[in-house]
Amino acid sequence: MTKPLVVFNKVQKHFDDFVAVKELDFEIREGEFLAIMGPSGCGKTTTLRMLAGLEAPSVGEIRLNDRVMNDVPPHERDTPLVWQSLALFPFLTARENVEFGLKMRGVDKAERKERAIKWLDKMGILEFENRHISTLSGGQKQRVALARSLVMEPQILLLDEPLSALDAHLVIRMQAVLTDLQRELGITFVYVTHSQSEAFAMADRVIIMGKGEIGQIGTPKEIYRAPANQFVAEFVGRNNILAGKVKSVDGDTACIATPSGEFTVPTNEVQLTQGHEASFVISADLVHIALEEPDGGNRAYCKLISEEFVGSMVTLFLEDAQGHEFKVQMQERELSNFDLHSGDEIWLSWDTQSAHVLNES
Amino acid sequence: MKQSRSLNIILGIYVVLVFAFVFAPIVFSMIFSFNSQRFPTIPLGEFSTEWYEKVLADPDIWKAARNSLIVSCSTALIATFLGFCTAYSDFRYNFRFKGAYLALILLPPTIPLIIMALAMLAWLSKIGMSGQLYSIIIAHSVLTAPFAMAVIRLRLNQMDPDLESASWNLGASEWQTMRHVIIPFCKPAIFSSLFLTAAVSFDEFAVSWFVSGLNSTLPVVVLEIVQGNIDPQVNAIGTFVFLTSITLVVLAQLFFASRQMKGMQS
Repeated sequence: MTKPLVVFNKVQKHFDDFVAVKELDFEIREGEFLAIMGPSGCGKTTTLRMLAGLEAPSVGEIRLNDRVMNDVPPHERDTPLVWQSLALFPFLTARENVEFGLKMRGVDKAERKERAIKWLDKMGILEFENRHISTLSGGQKQRVALARSLVMEPQILLLDEPLSALDAHLVIRMQAVLTDLQRELGITFVYVTHSQSEAFAMADRVIIMGKGEIGQIGTPKEIYRAPANQFVAEFVGRNNILAGKVKSVDGDTACIATPSGEFTVPTNEVQLTQGHEASFVISADLVHIALEEPDGGNRAYCKLISEEFVGSMVTLFLEDAQGHEFKVQMQERELSNFDLHSGDEIWLSWDTQSAHVLNES
Repeated sequence: MKQSRSLNIILGIYVVLVFAFVFAPIVFSMIFSFNSQRFPTIPLGEFSTEWYEKVLADPDIWKAARNSLIVSCSTALIATFLGFCTAYSDFRYNFRFKGAYLALILLPPTIPLIIMALAMLAWLSKIGMSGQLYSIIIAHSVLTAPFAMAVIRLRLNQMDPDLESASWNLGASEWQTMRHVIIPFCKPAIFSSLFLTAAVSFDEFAVSWFVSGLNSTLPVVVLEIVQGNIDPQVNAIGTFVFLTSITLVVLAQLFFASRQMKGMQS
C-alpha cells in the first residue's frame, strides 16, 4: 500500500449556518486517480477548494505530505487546479497563460518559455502558442488549462468538473488524454465530477459524497457491485433496490420478506437480525428474464413498461403487481430472442450471490 | 417592406435633426471663430485667424490653458485611482451597508453643481485650502471619481470570479494578482476612465469658478471675457476646448467599445 499523500482528518466546513461539509475522514494515496463524485451541493467542490487552500476548514485538519495545510495560503501551495470555468487569463496568449505560474514563482524568461513550449507541445496545441484565448475552441482551451497547471510539475493535480462544458465526443477524447497523462506522469489526480461515467471510466478509486458526507470510498467496481448504503445505490443508478423485513437468517444467507415477495440474499458482513428492516440491491445487468416461470430461486413476475436503448445495451423498465419498479440491463441481441412489447408479462430471476445487502444509512 | 422603408427614412431624418440641434451651436461658434467681424452676424465677413492670434498672444489664456491641463491630468489620475479602488472593493468584498456605501459614492454627480461648488468653497476655505490649483483638483476628483468607478465596475463585472483564485492557485500573491491579473484585465476600462474624467474636468466650469481664486481654468477665463464684452476670442477658445473634450471622449469611447468587441486583446 502506497503512503498517503493527503489526509483529511475530521474536516468540517461551515458557511455561516450552512454546513457544506459535515465530516470528512479519508486519505489520498500517492499516484492514484481519485474521483470525488456526488450530486450538486454535496460538498465535493468545497472539498477540492479546501485542498487548494481557497477555503479554510472550519474544524479538523488537512495534511499534505505530513504537513498541516490549514493556514497555508493558496499561493504557497503546490496544488494547481483545473477549473470548471477554465479561468484562463483572457488578456494573455496561450503560451503566456501557461507561463503565468512559472513567472509568479520567479522562473527566468528563457526557462519559462522552454517549459511552456514543452507542455503546449505535449498537449498538441503548440501551433496555437501565440493565439489569444478567445480565438481558441473549447477543446483547445481545455488543453491550455491543463498545460497551465501541469507546467508547475506538481505532485498533485486538482480537477473541478473540467469536462462539463465540452461536447460529448470531446469528453470521451479528453478522458483518454487525462488517464494517459496521469499514468505517464505518475502524479496524483483528484477529479471532482457529478458524472458517473467520467468517474468510473478514469478513476482508480471513487469517493461518493452526499450532503457533505462520504457515502462510500472504493474502486468503481466495488461501488457498482456492492454499494454500501441506499444513497450510494440510488446515486449509482441502474440498481434494483428492494426493502423489507428479515424473516430468517441461516448461516451466510438470509431470507428477506418484501412486498414483492420473499428473497434469499447473502449476508456478507452485514449483521442482520430477524424481524428488523433490511434492504438489498441487485445490479440491473445481473437480472435474467424468462417467459416461463423459473424453478425456485429468486424471481419476480413483472409487466414491461418501457425500453431504453444506449448503443448495443438496452434497459428494460418493469413493474410487478405491487407497483415496484425493476430494471434489467442486457445486450440488445440477447433481447431480440424474446419478442417483447410493452405490457407483456415476464419472469425476472437472479442468483442469490448477485444480491447485495445494504448497510443502514 | 414599403412601410418599413418610409419609417427608416423618417427615423433617419429625426436622427439628423437631433444631431443638428445638438451640434449646430458648436459648429456656428467654430465658424464665427474664423470670421473677421466682431459680432456674430450673417452674412459672414472674411476668413480670418485674427482671434486665434489674439488668443495665442494673451499670457492669461496661456496660463489658464496650462492650469486646465494640470488640473485635468491630475484629476484623471486621482479620480481613476479612487474609482478603481472603490470598484474593486465592491467586486471583491461583501460587507454590511455595501448598498449605502455604493449609493454614497455615486452621489456627487447628482448634486446640483452650484450647490456642490458652494459647499466645496465653504469647506476648502474653512480648512485654508481654497483658491489654489490643488483646490480645483480636489473638487474635480470628488466630482469625477464616480464616473471612473462606474466604468471600471462595469469591466470588473465581466470578469470570471475564478480568475483571481486561479492566479493565487498558480502561486501569485494578492499583490501579484492585482498587478498581473486585475489591472491588465481592467486596462481598457482604466484608459477609458482616464480620458472620460479628464474630459469632464477639462470643461467643468461652476466648481472651478468657485474654488479657483486667481488660478482660472479655460472655461472660467471664457466667462470672464464674455462678462466684459462681446469678443470672438471666446469662439476661438471654445473651439479649442470643444475639440480637446470631444477627442478625450472619443478616445474613452474607443477603449470602451474595443473591449466590448474584441475585449480580450491586451
